Amino acid sequence: MSAREDVLQLIRRATADVTERNPDVDVPVEWTYGRALPTADVIADFVEKVEDYKAAVRRCPEVGAAETIIEALSALDARSVVVPDGLPDAWVQALSGAGFELHRDEPVLSHAQLNSIDAVLTTAAVGMADSGTIALDHGDGQGRRALTLLPDRHIVVVREDQVVSDVPEGMARLAPALRARRPVTWLSGGSATSDIELSRVEGVHGPRHLSVVLVAGAQ
Amino acid sequence: MTTTARRTPEPGTWLGIPAFPEAAKAELANDQQRGNLRHATTTIRAKRVTRASEVDDWEDLRTAAAQIKDRVARHLDDYLIQAEKAMTEAGITVHWARDAADANAIVADIAKAKGVDEVVKIKSMVTQEIDLNEHLEAEGIAAWETDLAELIVQLGHDLPSHILVPAIHRNRTEVREIFAREMGLYGRPAPENITDEPAELAEAARLHLREKFLRAKMAVSGGNFIVADTGTLVIVESEGNGRMCLTLPETLVSVVGIEKVLPSLQDLEVFLKLLPRSSTGERMNPYTSFWTGVTPGDGPQDLHVILLDNGRTNVLADPEGRAALRCIRCSACLNICPVYERVGGHAYGSPYPGPIGAILGPQLRGLEGENERALPFASTLCGACNDVCPVKIPFTDILVHLRHKAVEHKTAHHPTGEQALMKGAAWVMADGSHLATVQTGSRLAGRIFKNRWLGKMPIPLAGRWLRARDVEAPPTQTFRQWWKKNQGDHR
Ligand code: SF4
Repeated sequence: MSAREDVLQLIRRATADVTERNPDVDVPVEWTYGRALPTADVIADFVEKVEDYKAAVRRCPEVGAAETIIEALSALDARSVVVPDGLPDAWVQALSGAGFELHRDEPVLSHAQLNSIDAVLTTAAVGMADSGTIALDHGDGQGRRALTLLPDRHIVVVREDQVVSDVPEGMARLAPALRARRPVTWLSGGSATSDIELSRVEGVHGPRHLSVVLVAGAQ
Repeated sequence: MTTTARRTPEPGTWLGIPAFPEAAKAELANDQQRGNLRHATTTIRAKRVTRASEVDDWEDLRTAAAQIKDRVARHLDDYLIQAEKAMTEAGITVHWARDAADANAIVADIAKAKGVDEVVKIKSMVTQEIDLNEHLEAEGIAAWETDLAELIVQLGHDLPSHILVPAIHRNRTEVREIFAREMGLYGRPAPENITDEPAELAEAARLHLREKFLRAKMAVSGGNFIVADTGTLVIVESEGNGRMCLTLPETLVSVVGIEKVLPSLQDLEVFLKLLPRSSTGERMNPYTSFWTGVTPGDGPQDLHVILLDNGRTNVLADPEGRAALRCIRCSACLNICPVYERVGGHAYGSPYPGPIGAILGPQLRGLEGENERALPFASTLCGACNDVCPVKIPFTDILVHLRHKAVEHKTAHHPTGEQALMKGAAWVMADGSHLATVQTGSRLAGRIFKNRWLGKMPIPLAGRWLRARDVEAPPTQTFRQWWKKNQGDHR
């Protein structure tokens, strides 16, 4: 018999005591999914929690986004930047005007090339305030996964209307992308380890610096 | 020499580790380890309390998590078939493995078919459980651990001693020595004059491993969750080594225990709130990756998932012990356990130490071995683990249940003096005068031993009990005598 049949048979034998066939009836789950937290100021909470991970947060009005991005890149001494497809043209033009060395992922950049570029600039899909988490669904302006992994600094632009109170609301917003089989990446601060005597070291394998530009208003 | 050189550092081995009471005695004598462990567990414990108390509906979350996990376990065949279908439709090749041998052979076959002789690995308990690295080594395939703590363990020819921070028993000086000595043998050496600053050590690991990430053609991972209705896999991590393995190589093989399935995407909200706060005491771990099959142009184009039993159906078959399968490997029960804090992880004789190891080991592997029969007794039944476990595993109930089974197993196989002794105890307890008679004997012993601590004893049962315990000499007077003398006047 195949391993599949063997394992399934063992499971069925092991759960012979279960007679109710409907799982929901057999074990009810007393939980209301997707609820928001009653946070007074969701944006303030988001900023506080992200900063708690030692990530820099810069807030700006929509018209000031490009300048703030340039400020964030300069603060991290980044000269070369990967710009994924789907970023607003205005930002890309401003960056090139300011003398940054821009790289497009077209033709596809090799891992070694990405490894040698200072920074990556992306948009985001969702921000979750209570845990200070930023979710990428790798849609427009976010690039494929390797882009936000190999360069040492990540500048991520989040719009205020993308910020929700907590993980349950965030999951609900991400569900369509996940159902469409898009990969999703959650970032909560930069890469970190506490493996040596539990002392926290920022930056092991992922980008060592996460810098957030929070743009006011809705799109 | 006929032996071929190994490709990866030769690890320590669980074989030959004596059963818990004896192993514990040896570990207890290791002051350095006790110090390192006390520091680590008290720190994480405090962080967990802070982060759990920030969440208003923490108890409701725990209840929901326990219920979801129970629902999955009781209908595991349905959920697995659903997950298999969803993953297959998303372009994942799904394999099933009865045991370690099945799973290891599948991984090795994929590697050979791809023509690779090295793989990078994300820290995973399940590949420890099946001893994958050693199996691959025997097949000529080098498996590189990329989590910093796992790297310390691998380069140190060591064994993990904690679920979450496997090198918790090592301090910075030991790590520096290991890196300076070993890194150069397997790739980029540690910088000359490297100090024992954690930041410097982490940087050395970053550079040593980046070389391996950039050339890796195949990666092996575990998985924290599989969502049955979408076929989505989820991995939570801190360092980004996970993202490297999940994103850069062309081939990714994920070995996942059959109990890791969740019914639907929305269930993730419960576990992604509970897991990081319970394990590292953070609001969220730095990175969480979700993937649903192959994404053209992004990440591995050849994905495999191995659904592993390896004794999990044994656990499932015992309705009283089944709740152990709820475990999400957060390690909160290790960090709170007074026994674990003193003896460390190695004494439990398997990659699963602490309270969860004490209940999971004997259930996964059965009670045939002496080591397994000893594990349900590696606890004071203080119940602290019951209170911290995010999925509400009733540890003390399961421990008592397993003790009962261990004793039954033993008496069934070789009846001992134990029953006779219990009969004797019944006689002593039956009547006050019987007790007084026995106490005269113990008072005498007390006078002989005075204030010395007792170690090994020639009495068969007590001798065993005392192997892992220090005991004071018996008192020189009985309680009855003391009462007469001290309270008699007040009557
Ligand atoms: S048994 Fe509970 S507390 Fe222990 S590791 Fe598993 S989930 Fe965490």
